[in-house]
Amino acid sequence: MPSLTCLPPAPGIGFKPQHFADLTAGPGPVAWVEIHAENYMGDGGRPLAQLAHLAGAMPVSVHGVGLSIGGEGPLDRDHLDRLARVVDRSGASAVSEHLAWSSHGGAYYNDLLPLPYTDSTLERVAGHVARVQDRLARPILLENPSSYLSFAESTWDEPAFLAEVARRTGCGLLLDLNNVFVSATNLGFAPQAYVGALPLDRVGEIHLGGHAAETDETGAPLLIDDHGSPVADPVWSLLDFTLARSGPLPVLIEWDNDVPDWPILRAEAARAGDALTAARQGAEMPLWA
Amino acid sequence: MGVTEAAFAAALLRPQDAAPSGLRNPEDAPAGRRFDVYRNNVVAGLSDALSSGFPTVASLLGPEAMTGLSRLYLQDHLPVSPIMARFGTDFPDFLGAVEQLRSLAYLPDIARLDLARRQSYHAADADHVTPEVFAAVPGDRLARVTLAFAPAVRLLRSPWPIHAIWLFNTEDDAPAPQAGAQDVLISRPDFDPVVDLLPPGGAAWIAALAAGTALGPALDNVQAQVPAFDFAPILALLLQRRAISILTITE
Repeated sequence: MPSLTCLPPAPGIGFKPQHFADLTAGPGPVAWVEIHAENYMGDGGRPLAQLAHLAGAMPVSVHGVGLSIGGEGPLDRDHLDRLARVVDRSGASAVSEHLAWSSHGGAYYNDLLPLPYTDSTLERVAGHVARVQDRLARPILLENPSSYLSFAESTWDEPAFLAEVARRTGCGLLLDLNNVFVSATNLGFAPQAYVGALPLDRVGEIHLGGHAAETDETGAPLLIDDHGSPVADPVWSLLDFTLARSGPLPVLIEWDNDVPDWPILRAEAARAGDALTAARQGAEMPLWA
Repeated sequence: MGVTEAAFAAALLRPQDAAPSGLRNPEDAPAGRRFDVYRNNVVAGLSDALSSGFPTVASLLGPEAMTGLSRLYLQDHLPVSPIMARFGTDFPDFLGAVEQLRSLAYLPDIARLDLARRQSYHAADADHVTPEVFAAVPGDRLARVTLAFAPAVRLLRSPWPIHAIWLFNTEDDAPAPQAGAQDVLISRPDFDPVVDLLPPGGAAWIAALAAGTALGPALDNVQAQVPAFDFAPILALLLQRRAISILTITE
Protein backbone atom coordinates (compact mmCIF):
# COMPACT_ATOMS: atom_id res chain seq x y z
CA MET A 1 0.00 0.00 0.00
CA PRO A 2 1.10 3.61 -0.54
CA SER A 3 2.17 5.76 2.42
CA LEU A 4 -0.32 7.00 5.00
CA THR A 5 -0.39 10.54 3.71
CA CYS A 6 1.08 12.64 0.91
CA LEU A 7 0.17 15.88 2.70
CA PRO A 8 3.06 18.23 3.47
CA PRO A 9 4.04 18.64 7.16
CA ALA A 10 2.61 22.17 7.05
CA PRO A 11 -0.61 24.01 7.97
CA GLY A 12 -3.88 23.27 6.19
CA ILE A 13 -7.45 24.49 6.63
CA GLY A 14 -10.87 22.91 6.43
CA PHE A 15 -12.09 24.43 3.17
CA LYS A 16 -15.19 26.63 3.22
CA PRO A 17 -16.66 27.83 -0.10
CA GLN A 18 -16.84 31.44 1.15
CA HIS A 19 -13.02 31.48 1.36
CA PHE A 20 -12.47 30.22 -2.18
CA ALA A 21 -11.50 33.58 -3.73
CA ASP A 22 -9.18 34.60 -0.86
CA LEU A 23 -7.57 31.17 -0.64
CA THR A 24 -6.85 30.88 -4.35
CA ALA A 25 -5.66 34.50 -4.60
CA GLY A 26 -3.16 34.18 -1.77
CA PRO A 27 -3.02 31.05 0.39
CA GLY A 28 -0.31 32.54 2.64
CA PRO A 29 0.68 29.91 5.21
CA VAL A 30 -2.02 27.47 4.00
CA ALA A 31 -0.26 24.65 2.14
CA TRP A 32 -3.21 22.28 1.73
CA VAL A 33 -6.96 21.98 2.28
CA GLU A 34 -9.34 19.39 3.63
CA ILE A 35 -12.86 18.87 2.30
CA HIS A 36 -15.82 17.04 3.79
CA ALA A 37 -16.41 14.29 1.24
CA GLU A 38 -20.21 14.38 1.60
CA ASN A 39 -20.33 18.01 0.41
CA TYR A 40 -18.89 16.96 -2.95
CA MET A 41 -21.20 14.08 -3.79
CA GLY A 42 -23.56 16.12 -5.96
CA ASP A 43 -23.57 15.81 -9.74
CA GLY A 44 -22.05 19.15 -10.74
CA GLY A 45 -22.21 22.89 -10.26
CA ARG A 46 -20.03 25.11 -8.08
CA PRO A 47 -18.92 22.52 -5.48
CA LEU A 48 -17.34 20.21 -8.04
CA ALA A 49 -15.92 23.15 -10.04
CA GLN A 50 -14.27 24.54 -6.91
CA LEU A 51 -12.94 21.11 -6.00
CA ALA A 52 -11.43 20.68 -9.47
CA HIS A 53 -9.74 24.07 -9.11
CA LEU A 54 -8.41 23.31 -5.62
CA ALA A 55 -7.13 19.91 -6.70
CA GLY A 56 -5.08 21.66 -9.39
CA ALA A 57 -3.73 24.24 -6.95
CA MET A 58 -2.75 22.37 -3.76
CA PRO A 59 -2.89 18.99 -2.00
CA VAL A 60 -6.42 18.00 -0.95
CA SER A 61 -7.30 15.81 2.02
CA VAL A 62 -10.67 14.03 1.78
CA HIS A 63 -12.42 13.75 5.15
CA GLY A 64 -15.50 11.53 5.25
CA VAL A 65 -18.14 12.09 7.89
CA GLY A 66 -20.85 9.66 6.81
CA LEU A 67 -19.41 6.17 6.38
CA SER A 68 -20.38 5.01 9.89
CA ILE A 69 -17.21 2.92 10.28
CA GLY A 70 -18.00 2.28 13.94
CA GLY A 71 -21.53 1.09 13.14
CA GLU A 72 -23.01 -2.34 13.89
CA GLY A 73 -24.32 -2.84 10.39
CA PRO A 74 -22.38 -3.47 7.17
CA LEU A 75 -20.81 -0.51 5.38
CA ASP A 76 -23.02 1.24 2.83
CA ARG A 77 -21.52 0.03 -0.44
CA ASP A 78 -23.05 2.85 -2.49
CA HIS A 79 -21.68 5.44 -0.11
CA LEU A 80 -18.24 3.87 -0.27
CA ASP A 81 -18.43 4.09 -4.07
CA ARG A 82 -19.35 7.75 -3.80
CA LEU A 83 -16.40 8.34 -1.46
CA ALA A 84 -14.12 6.62 -3.99
CA ARG A 85 -15.33 9.03 -6.69
CA VAL A 86 -14.58 12.07 -4.50
CA VAL A 87 -11.13 10.64 -3.72
CA ASP A 88 -10.44 10.20 -7.45
CA ARG A 89 -11.84 13.59 -8.37
CA SER A 90 -9.70 15.44 -5.85
CA GLY A 91 -6.49 13.45 -6.38
CA ALA A 92 -6.60 13.00 -2.61
CA SER A 93 -3.32 13.31 -0.73
CA ALA A 94 -4.96 11.72 2.32
CA VAL A 95 -8.29 10.06 3.12
CA SER A 96 -9.73 10.00 6.62
CA GLU A 97 -12.85 8.90 8.51
CA HIS A 98 -13.98 8.66 12.12
CA LEU A 99 -14.04 6.13 14.91
CA ALA A 100 -17.80 6.65 15.28
CA TRP A 101 -21.16 5.67 13.83
CA SER A 102 -23.74 7.93 12.23
CA SER A 103 -26.29 5.65 10.57
CA HIS A 104 -28.62 3.07 12.07
CA GLY A 105 -31.57 1.18 10.62
CA GLY A 106 -31.47 3.12 7.36
CA ALA A 107 -31.51 6.52 9.10
CA TYR A 108 -28.61 8.97 9.10
CA TYR A 109 -28.16 10.94 12.34
CA ASN A 110 -25.70 13.56 11.04
CA ASP A 111 -23.48 13.28 14.12
CA LEU A 112 -20.42 11.28 15.13
CA LEU A 113 -21.87 8.90 17.72
CA PRO A 114 -19.79 6.84 20.14
CA LEU A 115 -19.26 3.09 20.44
CA PRO A 116 -18.06 0.89 23.29
CA TYR A 117 -14.50 -0.36 23.06
CA THR A 118 -14.64 -4.16 23.33
CA ASP A 119 -13.07 -7.12 21.56
CA SER A 120 -16.12 -7.44 19.35
CA THR A 121 -16.31 -3.76 18.37
CA LEU A 122 -12.59 -3.85 17.70
CA GLU A 123 -13.06 -6.71 15.28
CA ARG A 124 -15.97 -4.93 13.60
CA VAL A 125 -14.14 -1.61 13.21
CA ALA A 126 -11.02 -3.34 11.90
CA GLY A 127 -13.17 -5.20 9.37
CA HIS A 128 -14.81 -1.99 8.18
CA VAL A 129 -11.50 -0.14 7.92
CA ALA A 130 -10.01 -3.02 5.91
CA ARG A 131 -13.03 -2.99 3.60
CA VAL A 132 -12.68 0.76 2.97
CA GLN A 133 -8.96 0.42 2.33
CA ASP A 134 -9.56 -2.45 -0.11
CA ARG A 135 -12.12 -0.40 -2.04
CA LEU A 136 -9.93 2.71 -2.16
CA ALA A 137 -6.71 0.73 -2.65
CA ARG A 138 -4.94 2.95 -0.12
CA PRO A 139 -4.67 3.31 3.65
CA ILE A 140 -7.00 5.67 5.46
CA LEU A 141 -6.50 7.70 8.62
CA LEU A 142 -8.93 6.97 11.46
CA GLU A 143 -9.81 9.92 13.71
CA ASN A 144 -10.21 9.79 17.49
CA PRO A 145 -13.62 11.11 18.63
CA SER A 146 -14.71 13.74 21.16
CA SER A 147 -16.32 11.94 24.09
CA TYR A 148 -18.90 13.19 26.57
CA LEU A 149 -19.53 9.90 28.36
CA SER A 150 -18.19 6.37 28.51
CA PHE A 151 -19.67 2.89 28.10
CA ALA A 152 -19.71 0.68 31.19
CA GLU A 153 -19.02 -2.33 28.95
CA SER A 154 -15.75 -0.95 27.45
CA THR A 155 -12.70 -3.11 28.13
CA TRP A 156 -10.16 -1.22 25.98
CA ASP A 157 -8.98 2.31 26.51
CA GLU A 158 -9.20 4.48 23.41
CA PRO A 159 -5.49 4.86 22.51
CA ALA A 160 -4.97 1.09 22.79
CA PHE A 161 -8.12 0.45 20.73
CA LEU A 162 -6.94 2.82 17.98
CA ALA A 163 -3.41 1.39 18.06
CA GLU A 164 -4.77 -2.13 17.68
CA VAL A 165 -7.03 -1.15 14.74
CA ALA A 166 -3.98 0.44 13.10
CA ARG A 167 -1.85 -2.64 13.77
CA ARG A 168 -4.44 -5.05 12.36
CA THR A 169 -5.39 -3.04 9.26
CA GLY A 170 -2.31 -0.97 8.46
CA CYS A 171 -4.42 2.18 8.68
CA GLY A 172 -3.01 5.43 9.98
CA LEU A 173 -4.44 7.76 12.61
CA LEU A 174 -5.80 11.25 12.38
CA LEU A 175 -5.01 12.74 15.77
CA ASP A 176 -7.53 15.43 16.66
CA LEU A 177 -5.90 17.23 19.60
CA ASN A 178 -9.00 19.28 20.36
CA ASN A 179 -10.92 16.00 20.65
CA VAL A 180 -8.23 14.63 22.97
CA PHE A 181 -8.46 17.73 25.17
CA VAL A 182 -12.28 17.70 25.16
CA SER A 183 -12.44 13.99 26.03
CA ALA A 184 -9.70 14.31 28.66
CA THR A 185 -11.57 17.13 30.39
CA ASN A 186 -14.95 15.40 30.12
CA LEU A 187 -13.79 11.95 31.21
CA GLY A 188 -11.00 12.94 33.58
CA PHE A 189 -7.70 11.77 32.11
CA ALA A 190 -4.44 13.51 31.21
CA PRO A 191 -4.33 14.51 27.53
CA GLN A 192 -0.53 14.12 27.44
CA ALA A 193 -0.86 10.54 28.65
CA TYR A 194 -3.35 9.84 25.86
CA VAL A 195 -0.99 11.24 23.22
CA GLY A 196 1.92 9.36 24.79
CA ALA A 197 0.00 6.08 24.58
CA LEU A 198 -0.61 6.39 20.83
CA PRO A 199 1.75 5.00 18.20
CA LEU A 200 2.76 8.45 16.92
CA ASP A 201 4.51 6.91 13.91
CA ARG A 202 1.01 5.94 12.68
CA VAL A 203 -0.29 9.52 12.86
CA GLY A 204 -0.60 11.00 9.38
CA GLU A 205 -2.39 14.23 10.23
CA ILE A 206 -3.32 16.43 13.18
CA HIS A 207 -6.60 18.32 13.63
CA LEU A 208 -7.07 21.45 15.74
CA GLY A 209 -10.40 23.14 16.37
CA GLY A 210 -12.39 25.12 18.87
CA HIS A 211 -14.74 23.93 21.61
CA ALA A 212 -17.39 25.42 23.90
CA ALA A 213 -17.32 25.10 27.69
CA GLU A 214 -20.37 24.02 29.71
CA THR A 215 -20.99 22.00 32.86
CA ASP A 216 -23.01 18.87 33.53
CA GLU A 217 -25.70 18.57 36.24
CA THR A 218 -23.06 17.76 38.87
CA GLY A 219 -21.14 20.94 38.09
CA ALA A 220 -18.33 19.01 36.38
CA PRO A 221 -16.83 20.66 33.28
CA LEU A 222 -18.38 19.52 30.00
CA LEU A 223 -16.57 20.69 26.88
CA ILE A 224 -18.45 20.54 23.58
CA ASP A 225 -16.53 20.02 20.34
CA ASP A 226 -18.23 22.57 18.10
CA HIS A 227 -15.53 23.81 15.71
CA GLY A 228 -17.02 27.25 16.21
CA SER A 229 -14.21 29.29 17.76
CA PRO A 230 -10.40 29.73 17.80
CA VAL A 231 -8.21 26.85 18.98
CA ALA A 232 -7.90 27.02 22.78
CA ASP A 233 -4.52 27.68 24.40
CA PRO A 234 -4.25 24.26 26.14
CA VAL A 235 -4.80 22.64 22.73
CA TRP A 236 -1.94 24.70 21.24
CA SER A 237 0.22 23.48 24.14
CA LEU A 238 -0.82 19.92 23.40
CA LEU A 239 0.24 20.50 19.77
CA ASP A 240 3.73 21.54 20.94
CA PHE A 241 3.87 18.50 23.22
CA THR A 242 2.85 16.19 20.37
CA LEU A 243 5.08 17.66 17.65
CA ALA A 244 8.08 17.44 20.00
CA ARG A 245 7.51 13.67 20.04
CA SER A 246 6.17 13.00 16.54
CA GLY A 247 8.20 15.47 14.50
CA PRO A 248 6.50 17.78 11.97
CA LEU A 249 3.12 16.61 10.68
CA PRO A 250 0.35 18.08 8.52
CA VAL A 251 -1.72 20.25 10.91
CA LEU A 252 -5.29 21.24 10.02
CA ILE A 253 -7.39 24.10 11.42
CA GLU A 254 -11.07 23.07 11.51
CA TRP A 255 -13.58 25.91 11.82
CA ASP A 256 -16.98 24.72 10.61
CA ASN A 257 -19.51 26.85 12.52
CA ASP A 258 -19.62 30.64 12.83
CA VAL A 259 -17.00 30.52 10.08
CA PRO A 260 -14.66 33.52 10.45
CA ASP A 261 -13.39 35.89 7.79
CA TRP A 262 -10.34 34.71 5.89
CA PRO A 263 -7.72 36.80 7.80
CA ILE A 264 -8.72 35.17 11.11
CA LEU A 265 -8.53 31.65 9.70
CA ARG A 266 -5.27 32.49 7.98
CA ALA A 267 -3.84 33.72 11.30
CA GLU A 268 -4.79 30.40 12.95
CA ALA A 269 -2.99 28.55 10.15
CA ALA A 270 0.04 30.82 10.63
CA ARG A 271 0.08 29.96 14.33
CA ALA A 272 0.12 26.24 13.42
CA GLY A 273 3.01 27.06 11.07
CA ASP A 274 4.88 28.70 13.97
CA ALA A 275 4.39 25.58 16.09
CA LEU A 276 5.78 23.43 13.27
CA THR A 277 8.79 25.75 12.91
CA ALA A 278 9.40 25.61 16.66
CA ALA A 279 9.20 21.82 16.60
CA ARG A 280 11.79 21.65 13.79
CA GLN A 281 14.13 24.00 15.66
CA GLY A 282 13.56 22.12 18.89
CA ALA A 283 14.57 18.89 17.22
CA GLU A 284 17.87 20.45 16.13
CA MET A 285 18.66 21.83 19.56
CA PRO A 286 20.74 19.80 21.98
CA LEU A 287 18.83 18.53 24.98
CA TRP A 288 20.61 20.84 27.44
CA ALA A 289 19.85 24.06 25.53
CA MET B 1 -24.76 -4.02 30.65
CA GLY B 2 -24.27 -3.34 26.97
CA VAL B 3 -25.85 -0.42 25.13
CA THR B 4 -26.90 -1.44 21.64
CA GLU B 5 -26.82 0.97 18.75
CA ALA B 6 -30.60 0.58 18.52
CA ALA B 7 -31.06 1.66 22.16
CA PHE B 8 -28.69 4.61 21.73
CA ALA B 9 -30.40 5.68 18.50
CA ALA B 10 -33.93 5.39 19.94
CA ALA B 11 -33.00 7.49 22.98
CA LEU B 12 -31.58 10.26 20.77
CA LEU B 13 -35.02 11.28 19.57
CA ARG B 14 -36.82 10.76 22.90
CA PRO B 15 -35.69 13.66 25.13
CA GLN B 16 -38.17 12.65 27.84
CA ASP B 17 -36.39 9.30 28.35
CA ALA B 18 -33.38 8.76 30.60
CA ALA B 19 -30.10 8.00 28.84
CA PRO B 20 -29.42 4.25 28.41
CA SER B 21 -28.09 3.01 31.74
CA GLY B 22 -24.85 1.56 30.35
CA LEU B 23 -23.69 5.09 29.54
CA ARG B 24 -21.71 6.61 32.42
CA ASN B 25 -20.12 9.84 33.59
CA PRO B 26 -16.55 9.88 35.02
CA GLU B 27 -17.91 9.06 38.51
CA ASP B 28 -19.48 5.90 37.04
CA ALA B 29 -22.93 7.42 37.56
CA PRO B 30 -25.60 7.62 34.82
CA ALA B 31 -24.55 9.86 31.92
CA GLY B 32 -27.49 12.27 32.38
CA ARG B 33 -26.95 15.60 30.66
CA ARG B 34 -23.88 14.26 28.90
CA PHE B 35 -26.14 12.16 26.67
CA ASP B 36 -28.07 15.34 25.85
CA VAL B 37 -24.98 16.60 24.02
CA TYR B 38 -25.61 13.92 21.38
CA ARG B 39 -29.35 14.65 21.38
CA ASN B 40 -28.65 18.34 20.81
CA ASN B 41 -26.06 17.66 18.12
CA VAL B 42 -28.45 15.43 16.19
CA VAL B 43 -31.57 17.57 16.48
CA ALA B 44 -29.86 20.96 16.13
CA GLY B 45 -27.66 19.70 13.29
CA LEU B 46 -30.57 18.33 11.28
CA SER B 47 -32.76 21.36 12.08
CA ASP B 48 -30.00 23.64 10.82
CA ALA B 49 -29.71 21.51 7.69
CA LEU B 50 -33.44 21.95 7.04
CA SER B 51 -33.25 25.71 7.63
CA SER B 52 -30.36 26.13 5.24
CA GLY B 53 -31.96 23.74 2.75
CA PHE B 54 -35.27 25.64 2.85
CA PRO B 55 -34.15 29.26 3.37
CA THR B 56 -37.36 30.92 2.15
CA VAL B 57 -39.55 28.69 4.33
CA ALA B 58 -37.27 29.41 7.30
CA SER B 59 -37.45 33.14 6.62
CA LEU B 60 -41.26 33.08 6.31
CA LEU B 61 -41.73 31.08 9.52
CA GLY B 62 -39.02 32.68 11.66
CA PRO B 63 -36.45 30.70 13.68
CA GLU B 64 -38.75 29.57 16.50
CA ALA B 65 -41.53 28.10 14.33
CA MET B 66 -38.99 26.62 11.92
CA THR B 67 -37.17 24.84 14.75
CA GLY B 68 -40.46 23.52 16.16
CA LEU B 69 -41.53 22.20 12.76
CA SER B 70 -38.09 20.68 12.16
CA ARG B 71 -38.32 18.74 15.42
CA LEU B 72 -41.76 17.47 14.47
CA TYR B 73 -40.55 16.50 11.01
CA LEU B 74 -37.49 14.66 12.37
CA GLN B 75 -39.63 12.35 14.49
CA ASP B 76 -40.62 10.44 11.35
CA HIS B 77 -38.31 11.74 8.63
CA LEU B 78 -34.66 11.22 9.50
CA PRO B 79 -32.33 11.52 6.52
CA VAL B 80 -31.84 8.30 4.57
CA SER B 81 -28.50 9.42 3.15
CA PRO B 82 -25.36 11.07 4.58
CA ILE B 83 -25.57 13.61 1.75
CA MET B 84 -27.27 16.58 3.40
CA ALA B 85 -27.91 18.24 0.02
CA ARG B 86 -30.56 15.54 -0.52
CA PHE B 87 -32.23 15.93 2.86
CA GLY B 88 -35.87 16.99 3.09
CA THR B 89 -37.27 15.97 -0.29
CA ASP B 90 -40.60 15.19 1.40
CA PHE B 91 -40.55 18.28 3.64
CA PRO B 92 -42.91 20.18 1.25
CA ASP B 93 -45.53 17.39 1.50
CA PHE B 94 -45.04 17.27 5.26
CA LEU B 95 -45.73 21.02 5.53
CA GLY B 96 -48.92 20.53 3.53
CA ALA B 97 -50.20 18.03 6.09
CA VAL B 98 -49.56 20.14 9.21
CA GLU B 99 -52.90 21.32 10.57
CA GLN B 100 -51.49 24.48 12.17
CA LEU B 101 -50.15 25.66 8.81
CA ARG B 102 -53.54 25.67 7.06
CA SER B 103 -53.53 29.46 6.85
CA LEU B 104 -50.16 29.34 5.04
CA ALA B 105 -51.43 27.15 2.21
CA TYR B 106 -48.73 28.46 -0.15
CA LEU B 107 -45.92 27.22 2.13
CA PRO B 108 -45.53 23.73 0.53
CA ASP B 109 -45.02 25.33 -2.90
CA ILE B 110 -42.46 27.75 -1.46
CA ALA B 111 -40.69 24.70 -0.01
CA ARG B 112 -40.80 23.09 -3.47
CA LEU B 113 -39.20 26.24 -4.88
CA ASP B 114 -36.42 26.10 -2.27
CA LEU B 115 -35.90 22.40 -3.02
CA ALA B 116 -35.83 23.00 -6.79
CA ARG B 117 -33.21 25.73 -6.37
CA ARG B 118 -31.08 23.41 -4.22
CA GLN B 119 -31.40 20.54 -6.72
CA SER B 120 -30.53 22.91 -9.53
CA TYR B 121 -27.42 24.09 -7.67
CA HIS B 122 -26.08 20.52 -7.38
CA ALA B 123 -27.27 19.23 -10.79
CA ALA B 124 -24.86 17.93 -13.40
CA ASP B 125 -23.13 20.39 -15.72
CA ALA B 126 -24.14 20.32 -19.38
CA ASP B 127 -23.29 21.98 -22.68
CA HIS B 128 -25.82 24.57 -23.78
CA VAL B 129 -27.36 25.47 -27.12
CA THR B 130 -26.36 29.05 -28.03
CA PRO B 131 -28.65 31.61 -29.69
CA GLU B 132 -26.38 31.37 -32.78
CA VAL B 133 -26.99 27.63 -33.09
CA PHE B 134 -30.72 28.19 -32.75
CA ALA B 135 -30.70 31.00 -35.31
CA ALA B 136 -29.08 28.66 -37.83
CA VAL B 137 -32.14 26.35 -37.89
CA PRO B 138 -33.90 26.86 -41.27
CA GLY B 139 -37.26 28.60 -40.75
CA ASP B 140 -39.24 25.85 -42.46
CA ARG B 141 -37.89 23.24 -40.04
CA LEU B 142 -38.39 25.19 -36.81
CA ALA B 143 -41.71 23.50 -36.07
CA ARG B 144 -39.99 20.11 -36.10
CA VAL B 145 -37.31 21.02 -33.55
CA THR B 146 -37.24 19.11 -30.28
CA LEU B 147 -35.26 20.27 -27.24
CA ALA B 148 -33.65 18.64 -24.23
CA PHE B 149 -33.15 20.74 -21.13
CA ALA B 150 -30.11 20.96 -18.89
CA PRO B 151 -30.17 18.82 -15.73
CA ALA B 152 -30.26 22.03 -13.65
CA VAL B 153 -33.60 23.14 -15.13
CA ARG B 154 -36.76 22.84 -13.03
CA LEU B 155 -40.32 23.98 -13.71
CA LEU B 156 -42.76 24.79 -10.93
CA ARG B 157 -46.44 25.60 -11.40
CA SER B 158 -48.43 26.92 -8.49
CA PRO B 159 -51.90 28.30 -7.72
CA TRP B 160 -50.03 30.74 -5.41
CA PRO B 161 -47.89 33.80 -6.23
CA ILE B 162 -44.71 31.85 -5.46
CA HIS B 163 -42.39 34.10 -7.46
CA ALA B 164 -43.64 37.23 -5.70
CA ILE B 165 -43.45 35.58 -2.27
CA TRP B 166 -39.96 34.30 -2.95
CA LEU B 167 -38.82 37.72 -4.23
CA PHE B 168 -40.40 39.51 -1.27
CA ASN B 169 -38.38 37.32 1.09
CA THR B 170 -35.16 37.58 -0.91
CA GLU B 171 -34.89 41.22 -2.00
CA ASP B 172 -35.27 44.31 0.17
CA ASP B 173 -37.25 46.48 -2.25
CA ALA B 174 -39.56 43.83 -3.75
CA PRO B 175 -43.29 44.68 -3.78
CA ALA B 176 -45.75 42.86 -1.51
CA PRO B 177 -47.18 39.72 -3.19
CA GLN B 178 -50.67 39.91 -4.76
CA ALA B 179 -52.97 36.89 -4.97
CA GLY B 180 -52.78 34.81 -8.15
CA ALA B 181 -51.22 31.73 -9.69
CA GLN B 182 -47.58 31.89 -10.77
CA ASP B 183 -45.34 29.51 -12.68
CA VAL B 184 -41.55 29.73 -12.50
CA LEU B 185 -38.54 28.43 -14.37
CA ILE B 186 -35.46 27.56 -12.33
CA SER B 187 -32.26 27.42 -14.34
CA ARG B 188 -28.52 27.70 -13.75
CA PRO B 189 -26.75 29.78 -16.38
CA ASP B 190 -23.49 29.55 -14.45
CA PHE B 191 -23.26 28.34 -10.85
CA ASP B 192 -26.14 30.17 -9.19
CA PRO B 193 -29.73 29.09 -9.86
CA VAL B 194 -31.99 31.80 -11.29
CA VAL B 195 -35.76 31.97 -10.75
CA ASP B 196 -37.81 33.51 -13.59
CA LEU B 197 -41.53 34.21 -13.63
CA LEU B 198 -43.24 32.68 -16.67
CA PRO B 199 -46.21 34.29 -18.46
CA PRO B 200 -49.45 32.31 -18.87
CA GLY B 201 -48.87 29.32 -21.15
CA GLY B 202 -45.09 29.42 -20.67
CA ALA B 203 -44.88 26.53 -18.25
CA ALA B 204 -47.24 24.39 -20.35
CA TRP B 205 -45.10 25.05 -23.42
CA ILE B 206 -41.82 24.20 -21.65
CA ALA B 207 -43.41 21.10 -20.09
CA ALA B 208 -44.55 19.91 -23.53
CA LEU B 209 -41.05 20.45 -24.94
CA ALA B 210 -39.50 18.64 -21.98
CA ALA B 211 -41.82 15.70 -22.72
CA GLY B 212 -40.37 15.52 -26.25
CA THR B 213 -43.07 17.37 -28.19
CA ALA B 214 -41.69 19.39 -31.12
CA LEU B 215 -41.89 23.21 -31.14
CA GLY B 216 -44.79 23.39 -33.62
CA PRO B 217 -47.21 20.97 -31.96
CA ALA B 218 -46.26 22.30 -28.51
CA LEU B 219 -47.18 25.82 -29.64
CA ASP B 220 -50.48 24.63 -31.13
CA ASN B 221 -51.39 22.87 -27.87
CA VAL B 222 -50.67 25.94 -25.75
CA GLN B 223 -52.40 28.40 -28.10
CA ALA B 224 -55.53 26.24 -27.94
CA GLN B 225 -55.62 27.23 -24.24
CA VAL B 226 -53.91 30.64 -24.32
CA PRO B 227 -54.59 32.17 -27.79
CA ALA B 228 -52.30 35.17 -27.22
CA PHE B 229 -49.34 32.99 -26.22
CA ASP B 230 -46.05 34.09 -27.80
CA PHE B 231 -43.18 31.64 -27.52
CA ALA B 232 -40.44 34.02 -28.71
CA PRO B 233 -39.65 35.75 -25.38
CA ILE B 234 -39.67 32.41 -23.56
CA LEU B 235 -37.35 30.85 -26.09
CA ALA B 236 -35.06 33.87 -25.72
CA LEU B 237 -35.14 33.41 -21.93
CA LEU B 238 -34.32 29.68 -22.21
CA LEU B 239 -31.34 30.47 -24.45
CA GLN B 240 -30.15 33.30 -22.22
CA ARG B 241 -30.36 31.04 -19.15
CA ARG B 242 -28.42 28.29 -20.95
CA ALA B 243 -31.34 26.00 -20.20
CA ILE B 244 -31.34 24.10 -23.49
CA SER B 245 -28.70 21.38 -23.74
CA ILE B 246 -29.65 19.59 -26.97
CA LEU B 247 -31.45 20.72 -30.13
CA THR B 248 -32.66 18.11 -32.61
CA ILE B 249 -34.41 18.62 -35.95
CA THR B 250 -36.75 15.67 -36.28
CA GLU B 251 -37.82 14.19 -39.63
